[in-house]
Amino acid sequence: MSLAMLFEAWRAMGANRLRTFLTMLGMVIGVGAVIVMSAVGAGTQAKVKDSIASMGSNLLIVLAGSMSSGGVRLGSGGVQTLTVSDATAIEEMDTISAAAPTTSGSAQLIYQSTNWYTQVTGTTPSYFEVRDWEIENGYPFMDSDVRGATRVVVLGKTIAQNLFGDEDPVGKTIRIKNSPYLVVGVLAKKGQSLDGRDQDDTAIVPITTAQTKLFGTQFKGVVRFIMVEALGDSVMDQAEKEMGELLRQRHKLRESAEDDFTIRNLTALANTAQETTKAMSLMLAAIASISLLVGGIGIMNIMLVSVTERTREIGIRIAIGAKQRHILVQFLLEALMISIIGCLIGVCVGVGGALLIQKFFPISIAVTQSSILISFAVATGVGVFFGFYPARKAANLEPIDALRYQ
Amino acid sequence: MEEVIKIRHLNKNYHTDAGEVNVLKSVDITIEKGEFVAIMGPSGSGKSTFMNILGCLDKVTSGNYFLGGKDTNALSRDELAELRNHMIGFVFQGFNLIPRQNLIDNVALPLVYAGMKAHERKIRAKEILKSVGLEAFGTYLPNQISGGQQQRVAIARALVNRPKLILADEPTGNLDTKTSEEIMQLFCDLNEKEGITIVLVTHEPDIARYAKRLVNFVDGKIQHDGPTALHVKENA
Repeated sequence: MSLAMLFEAWRAMGANRLRTFLTMLGMVIGVGAVIVMSAVGAGTQAKVKDSIASMGSNLLIVLAGSMSSGGVRLGSGGVQTLTVSDATAIEEMDTISAAAPTTSGSAQLIYQSTNWYTQVTGTTPSYFEVRDWEIENGYPFMDSDVRGATRVVVLGKTIAQNLFGDEDPVGKTIRIKNSPYLVVGVLAKKGQSLDGRDQDDTAIVPITTAQTKLFGTQFKGVVRFIMVEALGDSVMDQAEKEMGELLRQRHKLRESAEDDFTIRNLTALANTAQETTKAMSLMLAAIASISLLVGGIGIMNIMLVSVTERTREIGIRIAIGAKQRHILVQFLLEALMISIIGCLIGVCVGVGGALLIQKFFPISIAVTQSSILISFAVATGVGVFFGFYPARKAANLEPIDALRYQ
Repeated sequence: MEEVIKIRHLNKNYHTDAGEVNVLKSVDITIEKGEFVAIMGPSGSGKSTFMNILGCLDKVTSGNYFLGGKDTNALSRDELAELRNHMIGFVFQGFNLIPRQNLIDNVALPLVYAGMKAHERKIRAKEILKSVGLEAFGTYLPNQISGGQQQRVAIARALVNRPKLILADEPTGNLDTKTSEEIMQLFCDLNEKEGITIVLVTHEPDIARYAKRLVNFVDGKIQHDGPTALHVKENA
């Protein structure tokens, strides 16, 4: 019986092809728009997520400075108060898995006839752990390199490519500020950071080497900042608080004194960024859903016309024994069929459109399965919702009025 | 004899802008199984309203209508639909076939609402189409055949669920004389061979002559009720 009714609905749709097509077009555009928009949203979200992941997880940064001296407040890094031993102490805390003291400067790197100006970071092997940064080729430097201040360097992907091209950099010697450094490893590619910097454009040397041999410093062991990785997401706040207390104690600050360091919770920042993109993609999908709604109104409109046109037919059906639910189901099925077929075409158009956009515009696009499933569910809902009123109108017709209708 | 239709003190009023109009006035009638009744009367005499009530398409204002022993006042809308489906076959003046469906599907439509399985429906519909001589046209659409043929399809549709009663509202109104005669002959055969009760509305005495009993409505009342041959002769 339901099969016969499906057939019947199909035939009714075929009876007025142009009209059916135009009604369907509303759904096609609606569903297509929802899919494209949520693909754009999901793409952006994925990109942000990648950038955040590339920063390292559960990351806290301790910056030196932010000290006030006679009412004049200096910004972060303004005073050099953090030391390598602060980092060592932090690393020993229960809630911390690794802490990397970091100092940096810029220098010209030279290999044979090529050279490259870049940021050189001095740090400890913990840095690779904190940043979740893999060595693609070779090895990272060791704690013994830090102790001995050896001239070894780990290169970022961008530098390796610019200095060495296709050559394997590991085992080669480059010159930094006219001193020879042995390349021990090349880092895996990380791509852009959230603020658009190329994270791979960096060279990493042991912190002692950077301080004593590369840049020099007035105070031995002073670092610009410490990158800290907490044990887990749940202990971030606790770690932040305990670290603050530890540093105050180590720096011998009085109760009334302000902190001479700043702790930044990068994960919180990252979460904000993620929330923002999530809100944006939701908004895009919401705007697109409006066209789906308009498509639904189109279906309702055409179903009302159809019911009026076929009043007499409805009368005949009632006369020969159709119950109210038979008529209701018949017209609901028609509305549903229009919306579901429209949705199917819309999915194709949406996915095709998303692929085209990806091909021609520099936007990251991710068509998600859930967006397809959701638009399917919504389209079905729209069909039922907007089909119900006309169908009920048909089912409630008085048999005698319907039969007499001219 | 078994009473197919029993009507007691039937009144039907319509609300119009001019107020209540009393269309049927205390009508009493009993129609038994196997009867062939023609209903005649001038326009506005209430005969169409009477037919609609017989067909359970319209409700009575007061009085009782028993169809096959069931009080129709006590039935819900859907129960009436089911009753129509099983008890009554309708034949309309305008044929009233569904234009998009082929003849087999048109004939099988009452069986859809009766809940019969698809392949059984098809067999039954073809069988009935054959009995009205249209087995070769099963896959045609209604607009591809003549008016007389369309009315045969409509009769086939009326018969498909083996009803006890056929209600025909001016079935020959849109047909020429020769086709009208063929259609009326078909009704006579159904009445005599199958024992189906037939009630027919017409304003043509030539058509009414085929019936065995004639009921004449004037001004909402039964003015005359008796065997046909006699009545038509008197008027002629």
